Amino acid sequence: MELPESLIRTDALTKRFGSVTAVEELTLDVRPGITGLVGANGAGKSTLLKILLGLLPATAGSASVLTLDVATQGPAIRERVGYMPEHDCLPPDVSATEFVVHMARMSGLPTTSARERAADTLRHVGLYEERYRPMGGYSTGMRQRVKLAQALVHDPALVLLDEPTNGLDPAGRDDMLELIRRIGTEFGISLIVTSHLLRELERVSDGIVVIDGGRLLRHSTTASVTAETAVVTVEVTEEPAELHDRLVADGLAVRREGVLLHVEVEGHEAYDLVRDAVADLGLGLVRLERQRHRMTEIFTDATARGEVHV
Amino acid sequence: MSETTPAGAIHDIGYRRYEGPRLGASYIRRSLFLETLRGSFGLGRSARSKIMPNLMFGVLVLLAVVLGLVAGYFGMSELPMGYEEFVFSMQVPITIFLASQAPVAVSRDLRFKIAPLYFSRPLSRPQYVQARYAGMAAALFVLTAVPLTLLLAGALLAELPWREQLPDYVRSIAGAAVAALVLAGVGLVIAAMTPRRGLGVAAVAGTLLVLSGLQGTVRALAEEFGDAAFAGYAGLISPFSLVDGVMAVPLGAESVMATPPEGFVMGAVFCAVAALLVVGCYGSLLLRYRKALR
Repeated sequence: MELPESLIRTDALTKRFGSVTAVEELTLDVRPGITGLVGANGAGKSTLLKILLGLLPATAGSASVLTLDVATQGPAIRERVGYMPEHDCLPPDVSATEFVVHMARMSGLPTTSARERAADTLRHVGLYEERYRPMGGYSTGMRQRVKLAQALVHDPALVLLDEPTNGLDPAGRDDMLELIRRIGTEFGISLIVTSHLLRELERVSDGIVVIDGGRLLRHSTTASVTAETAVVTVEVTEEPAELHDRLVADGLAVRREGVLLHVEVEGHEAYDLVRDAVADLGLGLVRLERQRHRMTEIFTDATARGEVHV
Repeated sequence: MSETTPAGAIHDIGYRRYEGPRLGASYIRRSLFLETLRGSFGLGRSARSKIMPNLMFGVLVLLAVVLGLVAGYFGMSELPMGYEEFVFSMQVPITIFLASQAPVAVSRDLRFKIAPLYFSRPLSRPQYVQARYAGMAAALFVLTAVPLTLLLAGALLAELPWREQLPDYVRSIAGAAVAALVLAGVGLVIAAMTPRRGLGVAAVAGTLLVLSGLQGTVRALAEEFGDAAFAGYAGLISPFSLVDGVMAVPLGAESVMATPPEGFVMGAVFCAVAALLVVGCYGSLLLRYRKALR
């Protein structure tokens, strides 16, 4: 499927409920792929999703999804977008199969296709025999999978997932994140995933949008963040104090953590300096590992500056 | 992006795109309408949920058949119970049917917060309300029109004159359509206001039965004081007597009431109230769903 260059574009998007401003002057350009939408509870994430679905009119500004205007082309957007709400939305007295088939038809699929797609999708999200049982007896993890399946069943170009890991235990979170990663990479469907936890999204996202109080705090791609400052962890066979001093003398920023040295590198010469220092001191190099810049730091830095209220 | 893990298990045939047709909002509305209509009779639902609606349907059908048989067996010159009277006398089973099924049509979507899933799809809120309303009204129409048709069949088999029977039957079918629209509207609005389990059933049945009782009492008092006009207007209180009035004046059917609404003005009032009720119910449902996305 041909995806437009720009998945979502907003221009000075503003939404007010009376005197409360939920989204303020938000200008974004989100590209296809997996994008994390991060913010504390009440930061305006859910409101933004509803505007993007064409369900809430914006107070000011404009927005487009898949190059369709949210103000005028809502039905066309909703035909090609899937939505998984944050809250529970499953009737307890029908089976997952019946429910997802019904929801597929409600997306405009003919009955035969709806049945096929529902069976396929439920298998993809990891529901097997239990899909014939009434959903009242499902665990939270299974319920989240059905909610995800109904958002995917009509093969959308984009799915909006509102807090998909909410209420899941750590193993369930990992499963859900792995599923999100597969949808983005193997299925080729773009995702917007909201969470109030940045750490879990950084594992799977291509880009992160941080909003707070309805305002854009930061929009970054994983690649750009990693490129800015890379951290290399060095571990040697002996006490690293001598190496630490040598590297500092060479002009590198080094932070010691037990037997590990974290060295901030800018460019290739830093690697050479580390290699030469280790060789000159006659040490054995156990590990020279480039770390992914923890994007948590974006968040904690911002918090430290008092910009995010978590 | 994190590193790609090797593809999943061997039985995983991978994701398949959907290239087939995406039928628009009118197909979706029709599907939802049919689902509501079928669901009202328990079709496509659990065995237990088939009992109540079909029991009520069975009562009405059985009674219509019995009336036809009685007319034929005893060689009566007319049906023991007329078409209009049939619908009015069957208030209780019709009310129970509506009270048990209106919550199925609307309360579930609100109680389990399924409504946002509909509205995040191409269907608009008015189209959702139209599908649910039309589905419920169609179910009520089937509920009354089928026994009325059986009643006609019984009358014709009893060799009653079709010239007399047919006009009455046609009027009663028109009346059944009006009744279906009015009752479905009232039932759905009450059910949409009471999403809690069980409460909707009680609220719909209670409201209709209380109004019906009130209508009878007010009418009896007015008749006692000899105020025929006031007694006629008392029919506005209950949806069933309202429909009776609509059938009586403009449709020229024989009213069930001892003091039926008479004259152009009263007939116009009954029709206007019925029309307002239908429009008002539709409007209230739209308002109810305006904020249903959460």
